[in-house]
Amino acid sequence: MHRLAQVSVDIIDQMVAQGVPFAREYGGMLDNRSFGGAQVSRTFYARGQTGQQLLLGAYQQLSRQIGLGGVRLFNRTELVDVVVVDGRCSGIVVRDLLTGEITSHAAHAVVMATGGYGNVFYLSTNAMNCNVTAAWRAHRRGAMFANPCYTQIHPTCIPQSDESQSKLTLMSESLRNDGRIWVPKNADDTRPADQIPEGERDYYLERLYPSYGNLAPRDISSRAAKRLVDKGHGVGPLKNGVNLDFSAAIDRLGRDVVQERYGNLFQMYERIAGEDPYSTPMRIYPATHYTMGGLWVDYELATTIPGLYAAGEANFSDHGANRLGASALMQGLADGYFVLPYTIGNELAPMLNKNIPTTDHPAFVQAETEARERFNAYLNVSGTRSPDWFHRELGKIIWDYCGMERTQQGLEKALSELPALYSEFKKDLRVTGTGESVNQTLEKAGRVDDFFQLGMLMCRDALDREESCGAHFRSEYQTGDGEALRDDKNFCHVSAYNWTGDPMAAELNKEKLEFETAHLATRSYK
Amino acid sequence: MKHLTNLKLKVWRQDGPDVVGKFETHIVESVSDEASFLEMLDQLNERLIGENKDAIVFDHDCREGICGTCSLMINGRAHGPQRATTTCQLHMRTFSSGDEIVIEPWRAAAFPIIKDLMVDRSSFDRIVESGGFITALTGGAPDANLIPVPKPVSDAAMDSAACIGCGACVAACPNGAANLFTGAKIAHLNVLPQGQAERFKRAEAMVNAMDEQFGSCTNHGECSAACPKEISLDVIALMNSDFRKSKSKNRKQLSRG
Repeated sequence: MHRLAQVSVDIIDQMVAQGVPFAREYGGMLDNRSFGGAQVSRTFYARGQTGQQLLLGAYQQLSRQIGLGGVRLFNRTELVDVVVVDGRCSGIVVRDLLTGEITSHAAHAVVMATGGYGNVFYLSTNAMNCNVTAAWRAHRRGAMFANPCYTQIHPTCIPQSDESQSKLTLMSESLRNDGRIWVPKNADDTRPADQIPEGERDYYLERLYPSYGNLAPRDISSRAAKRLVDKGHGVGPLKNGVNLDFSAAIDRLGRDVVQERYGNLFQMYERIAGEDPYSTPMRIYPATHYTMGGLWVDYELATTIPGLYAAGEANFSDHGANRLGASALMQGLADGYFVLPYTIGNELAPMLNKNIPTTDHPAFVQAETEARERFNAYLNVSGTRSPDWFHRELGKIIWDYCGMERTQQGLEKALSELPALYSEFKKDLRVTGTGESVNQTLEKAGRVDDFFQLGMLMCRDALDREESCGAHFRSEYQTGDGEALRDDKNFCHVSAYNWTGDPMAAELNKEKLEFETAHLATRSYK
Repeated sequence: MKHLTNLKLKVWRQDGPDVVGKFETHIVESVSDEASFLEMLDQLNERLIGENKDAIVFDHDCREGICGTCSLMINGRAHGPQRATTTCQLHMRTFSSGDEIVIEPWRAAAFPIIKDLMVDRSSFDRIVESGGFITALTGGAPDANLIPVPKPVSDAAMDSAACIGCGACVAACPNGAANLFTGAKIAHLNVLPQGQAERFKRAEAMVNAMDEQFGSCTNHGECSAACPKEISLDVIALMNSDFRKSKSKNRKQLSRG
């Protein structure tokens, strides 16, 4: 965290030098705004699409390197295994998504920047192609997987509209700067929002957390929304959302200012929900957004396999049990721009002029054969259910029992249902088409397979952690007024798991958390 | 929630780049009007898998209109009938029961078909690789506030930077030209103070990379009308102006007469 804070200062300078159009004040200086969990405006932004603009900035720099011949990019290629020779990561096995061909790359070191595993929930704000396969395959080859149960549920997403929904859309958290969140006080109130008088509205975040109000941290805002919706106060046709109301902001600032700040988000909402947020409050509900858990790494971002590194959301570092707004971008950029270039040299320097195993080494040949067999096996089950069907069922179990609120009973239920569903997946999967050309059904099957194994580990971890901590909320462990209750005596540690061949029986290692300068305390958002 | 019934889909199926393709007709008996266009295709694919047939291949990723991966010609229009909307943001409420919907991949020589509705847009990458960046090596960047950027300038850069590189402009263009895309990428960097050092080199290199792969612009304006981010035709004017200036400014021996 100390290092992240230090190098984060350089990130904005670097990105501005690369041409990322951050918002400016009229005097030409960078503009700031506030974010969830912060009481001061300290976040730099580019309209409502900061992440997208930072991504494009990094893409342009990558493109420059490709143009210069320094980097070779393999588009439409997926990692399917990691190769370890004599305890060192020696390369990867990949599958060409266009031809189905399985090949290997040998290397001195491998960096995984492969993102998080939020799609284990089926419905999440992650893009459809996000998956855990790269990290999971590394885990299976010996990299420890840490804190899998720490998954963040983001409070401002568009609620699900029907059963067929394939993903949930995040509305940028910046909206909570000016939007006020409320539900009708009377659960049976079905009047349109603008006909409900002020006195009959419950601005519950402002009521419960007066100092942070609508900018309370994500986990707290999410749980508050869930409790009110569970009590029947939800709004919308399925009563599965809460109002995010901009009428006060429009009255105070004028429509033009609101449009300038959030115009693209309002437009996005209007496209998806079919309602105009300038006149009707947005309906929002929490959805899975970010996963704090991931591959265990040390201070150099090295995993437990020498030569294998993990950066960004793929690793477990920096965010602990919860993450505050904008810090995932900060971590991703810090890891890639300012940390790895310095730490990876320590690994590479002693390997100068040394030969490394080539792709005809038996370990590569074996990993390739295993990968081919695995993908052929998906094609040959010839059952009755598609990978998507299994993914949806898996997601339901994880969301119901390992989502916003977890209980011992629920997790035990999940841990009995998951292996049963997984064995059905192995017996009843149907993948049509062949393995020799683009086959998105087959790609999905491989990813769902890994999500199943991860899901079991997540539930096991959540069951093991008998406390509430950040985004991990166990109903049994809460204060009288429903806040998370930590148990620092027994659970002040990172849970890092070793693969044993069975995710239900992963070996737990505890890394004790020691606080030298800043001491453990409970932050109050009231 | 209402349902649309009896939709007749004519979907382009093609096994590979060099194979002859054809339209395949599928009837969608019922779909919720809350479903997105791609969710309607998901449901159709689930049915096809149920019937032991190959699912229809199409590109998609973020499903919220920001990644630029989805790409369908719907009834002859790039990203379908709704203005400023990507295919993934298009919802079935835009259609009516009994509609016939023709679904094709992007049609452009520079975007060869990979399979069914999926095309290869790496020609765009090659334009960016030729100069769509600011050379700023990592480390040692000056304080971001050292160079004030007037608000209208950063806003204008942002308007161009909103381009998601989906390729709708090329697909909509009768000439298969990439001027709106290239113009947006050039304008984003060329209006910023940070982009001035390489301004004319960038314009020349990117226009050349574009000309090698794409058709020529004849100012139809179809690109801007199809653009899900409503990028203005102005970016093409800026590109042309900078390209013309580059012809004198980039001469190597300018200072030597």
